Amino acid sequence: MGIKRVSVYGLCSLVMLCVAFSAHTLMAETPSPSPTPGQTQQATQAVEQGNAEHHAAIPQYFTTKPPFTEGIFPCSTCHATMKPDRTRRELQFHTEIDLQHATKQRWCLDCHDADNRDRLKLANGDEVTFEESYLLCGQCHGNVFRDWKIGIHGKRIGLWNSDKPGDKQYFLCVSCHSPHSPKFKPLKPLPVPLKPKAITETKGTSTVDIEGKKIYIPVYSK
Amino acid sequence: MKRRDFLKGATSVAVALGLEGIALPAKDAKASVWEEFFQKYFREMNQAEKDAVVKRLEADYKKRFGKDIKVSTKGPLPNVLYGYGLDLSRCIGCRRCVYACVTENNLSRNPQIEYITVLRFKNGEKWVDDLEEAEKYYNPEVVPEPEHFYMPVQCQQCERPACTKVCPTKATWKEPDGIVVVDYNWCIGCRYCMAACPYGARKFNWGAPTIPVEQINPNTHYLGNRPKHKGCVEKCTFCIQRVRENPGRYPACVEICPVGARKFGNLLDEKSEIRMLIETKRVFRLKESLNTNPKFYYFFSL
Repeated sequence: MGIKRVSVYGLCSLVMLCVAFSAHTLMAETPSPSPTPGQTQQATQAVEQGNAEHHAAIPQYFTTKPPFTEGIFPCSTCHATMKPDRTRRELQFHTEIDLQHATKQRWCLDCHDADNRDRLKLANGDEVTFEESYLLCGQCHGNVFRDWKIGIHGKRIGLWNSDKPGDKQYFLCVSCHSPHSPKFKPLKPLPVPLKPKAITETKGTSTVDIEGKKIYIPVYSK
Repeated sequence: MKRRDFLKGATSVAVALGLEGIALPAKDAKASVWEEFFQKYFREMNQAEKDAVVKRLEADYKKRFGKDIKVSTKGPLPNVLYGYGLDLSRCIGCRRCVYACVTENNLSRNPQIEYITVLRFKNGEKWVDDLEEAEKYYNPEVVPEPEHFYMPVQCQQCERPACTKVCPTKATWKEPDGIVVVDYNWCIGCRYCMAACPYGARKFNWGAPTIPVEQINPNTHYLGNRPKHKGCVEKCTFCIQRVRENPGRYPACVEICPVGARKFGNLLDEKSEIRMLIETKRVFRLKESLNTNPKFYYFFSL
């Protein structure tokens, strides 16, 4: 029984390995095989509608714009004239990007599409727009993606009881997490509240400017 | 001194003091002062009477702040029971919610009134049973601090609120949409409700509230964020001025939270995010043993 199970597992993993390897060779060596007419039609449709259409229950109009660094998008402005170099290496440009996101297993072209620089690339090779980057994140972070779709993870602002486009905004993953270094950055806390005892020890208020907002804090007489 | 004489004297002194204690408006007081003095209980007013009160309040606020402030008396939306979720796995204790609430709800800056208190606990420490040991006055350079977690506490909008039961004037009650509100003009400032509330959610105006004119929020509700006066109790109303509109905005604390830890929705709508999280996450309510039945759900997403 035990030996049988081991052999079944072995066979399975061998098959998977072959498939993975062959796919890899295919992508690396040969240009993608010419698609059948049906496939082409499907592909263009997908790009036009956005891939979110294929993933049910994602309210597309909820999402906010991705927070690009100024002047960086569209990427094709620079990349159109450059020949894609698919070898994994230290970049000479984009040095400000500090990749802290499974660094050892990953590099740029695992998520960015080499052939269309203004798109991202899913693991299955599908292109997605930067507005739909949640599909890319959701490939690994499935639990979080599921929570995000129903509103438990992430942030929504706007009108709570309206689902009309534009009434509610649903923050993208990348609105809060830098995709290259996704850990949420620590913040300075806002001022400490007044101790009840100290109510007689204050003589007015002063203001502090925090993130462009004026916050009134008590001034102690002592 | 005979006992009888002593009692006589004591009674007359008490009567004199008592009369003095009642602050009747002076003879030359303006009409609005008398109107305020004789204002009816909010729940017993008809719409015309409410409109008259709103008109008086708006005129008073115009004089006090030099700004047009709108006071709404909008009633509850049908088939809505508000519920709130707070993700303790995400909260980083940054207090952004505290100050967004202060601005939205026209809270007094001096003396300071804040509806939300963020508590800090050390990992592994005893916590939900005894909030007394929580740290309210933490002030590190950055949050979150390692080995600590944070729990913001505000009005839990109980289904069986202890605060409304003890109010001698019934100036505070639970609305049909589940929000516990205060008629600030009916409140006599006895603070029984503050003693009864197990969550420390109610705040008292010990002095005349000061609100900076440039930060005043002109969209107010009679039972919510209209400017208050000295001697009344107030509390979080889930931003009644926002959430009772149709369509209405999320509460201010939900919109400001940088980590998206705060969730809000209709408990009667099974597709709402609040229902989803109650069904799929590990949820608890604060001090459940007291049977207050809060509509404020703390949960863990991790």
